[in-house]
Amino acid sequence: MDNKFLRNLYMVPYAVWIIVFVIAPILLVLYYSFLDIHGNFSLVNYERFFTSVYLKLTLSSFWYAFLITLISLLVAYPTAYLLTKTKHKHLWLLLIIVPSWINLLLKAYAFIGIFGAYGAANNFLEFIGIGSRQLLFTDFSFVFVAVYIFIPFMILPIFNALNSLNPTLIDAANDLGASRWTTFSKVIFPLTLNGVKTGCQVVFIPALSLFMLTRLIAGNRVITLGTAIEQHFLVTQDWGMGSTIAVFLILIMFLIIRLTGFRKRGA
Amino acid sequence: MKKLMTGFIAIALVSALMLVIIDRLNAAQGYSGADTLTVYNWGDYIDMELIDRFEEETGITVIYETFDSNESMMTKVQQGGTTYDIAVPSEYMIEKMKEEDLLVELDHEKLPNLKYIDERFLDLAFDEGNKYSVPYFWGTVGILYNPEMLPGKTFTSWDDLWDPELKNEILLIDGAREVMGMGLNSLGYSLNDTDPEHLQEALEKLQTLTPNVKAIVGDENKLLMANNEAAVALAWSGDARDIMWENEALDYVVPEEGSNLWFDNMVIPKTSDNIEGAHQFINFMLDPEIAAINTEYVSYSTPNQAALDYLPEEMVEDERFYPSSELTERLEVYENLGQEMLGLYNELFLTFKMH
Repeated sequence: MDNKFLRNLYMVPYAVWIIVFVIAPILLVLYYSFLDIHGNFSLVNYERFFTSVYLKLTLSSFWYAFLITLISLLVAYPTAYLLTKTKHKHLWLLLIIVPSWINLLLKAYAFIGIFGAYGAANNFLEFIGIGSRQLLFTDFSFVFVAVYIFIPFMILPIFNALNSLNPTLIDAANDLGASRWTTFSKVIFPLTLNGVKTGCQVVFIPALSLFMLTRLIAGNRVITLGTAIEQHFLVTQDWGMGSTIAVFLILIMFLIIRLTGFRKRGA
Repeated sequence: MKKLMTGFIAIALVSALMLVIIDRLNAAQGYSGADTLTVYNWGDYIDMELIDRFEEETGITVIYETFDSNESMMTKVQQGGTTYDIAVPSEYMIEKMKEEDLLVELDHEKLPNLKYIDERFLDLAFDEGNKYSVPYFWGTVGILYNPEMLPGKTFTSWDDLWDPELKNEILLIDGAREVMGMGLNSLGYSLNDTDPEHLQEALEKLQTLTPNVKAIVGDENKLLMANNEAAVALAWSGDARDIMWENEALDYVVPEEGSNLWFDNMVIPKTSDNIEGAHQFINFMLDPEIAAINTEYVSYSTPNQAALDYLPEEMVEDERFYPSSELTERLEVYENLGQEMLGLYNELFLTFKMH
């Protein structure tokens, strides 16, 4: 009896945590999403979400999140692959992770300086003869900084997947006459697909609701769902509409996790 | 079972100990003491030496806390918890706080220094008869520009911003009221207009400004203008003043069609447990000499007429920051348009941002 009781007792912190910090907030968001600005129960927020303003917003958020994820993946996969080939791979990995310990806001402000009209990036362009141009407040700088921030989160799972890949499989592929490309596309990539999926989830989902960078780096020329949520909670105090957008974000995230979900392999 | 009991007792003891510590800490910080005053103000918006002087003169201990937006201030006051005795909201927030019954009525007999405030700034629509609030600082919204980057270009009207020569040079404020207000003003409408057709018209006019807009930013505009990143910015006069200390090339203009007149005001929230001390504090801040010292530090425009005598002449005679009554008559204070209208303003602003 003692044992069972103790086991249940150990469950308490976990259960309390999940209920208070995960389930309760989601239910609250859901509840608020059904309230109009006068606090009456209605579906008006959901109607509003399907107007052109919010649909365009959703599309543009998707587009930028997709770009950020794609570019992160294109950079991260070869990097992770090279890392597994280096001698002190964990040291190199650490060096890639270190920047993610620095506060996001601080990094964003640093980029304002670098991309500014008289910043380092423009000085360099001037030096190599291209001439200075506007970098700050463009789509380019927004995607660049977002990729910079998310890349460690993409590299880590891919690195882990590549690292745990059994090298004898690659040898076997070679012995059986597979070309390098075939080895990669038929052996390495499929076996590290779970790492890629995890990386994409970890990048795509927060990228959908980025809002601080949209103002600091993109000067509000890129607008995401996160911007709209921020405005509704802080400025209009229309918590209902803000929550409705949040509900849609949650739904989208579930959908993405479903789509990129891991198939259960039979034993 | 025995072990479990000891565990429970240990937890209970630790909890009790923590309660005692919290209580001690609160007492040390004065949250429960009688002769303390909790002042809740914007960041860097008072000369801290004046707080010391107030403490010396009255024997009241001041606890000073800061906020960075009207909304977050109101949320904290609403939640209770801390006994704020003084807060400094902007005018539109005072209307909201009045509606929510969060303010204590002022006793004018305890505020003899109220007579020093310029009559232009008393008895305004957001608080008739100054029943709940006393103006602390005021200012305008206008155009901050860099003449060195734009030789020969002058600004007198909002329409000057639509000049094709300013392609990709303008920084806007990330605020729906400010930007929509600029659009409305440039069309000759009031910035408190609630006619949806006029608002739509303003949006369409603003959308033609898009090629000239470099970015829509928040407080970063200070940094950007100081570093010559952009030539023109929509700015609050207070911020403009700050940036002009940093970058002396800059100039500031309030367009002739009119613009916004804003106030930050001292109020006593319902959370106060030292209403007497709060009145003393407000009266202290209204003293002309004190107000002058504070104005020199904060460098915003003071509504205190008598304090102007204590300030350097070049500060007071600067028409950009102490505009004549002729101009202030054309300026409008934001009215609380109600949540529905504010929602519409924001949705239009969002549309503008998406272009």
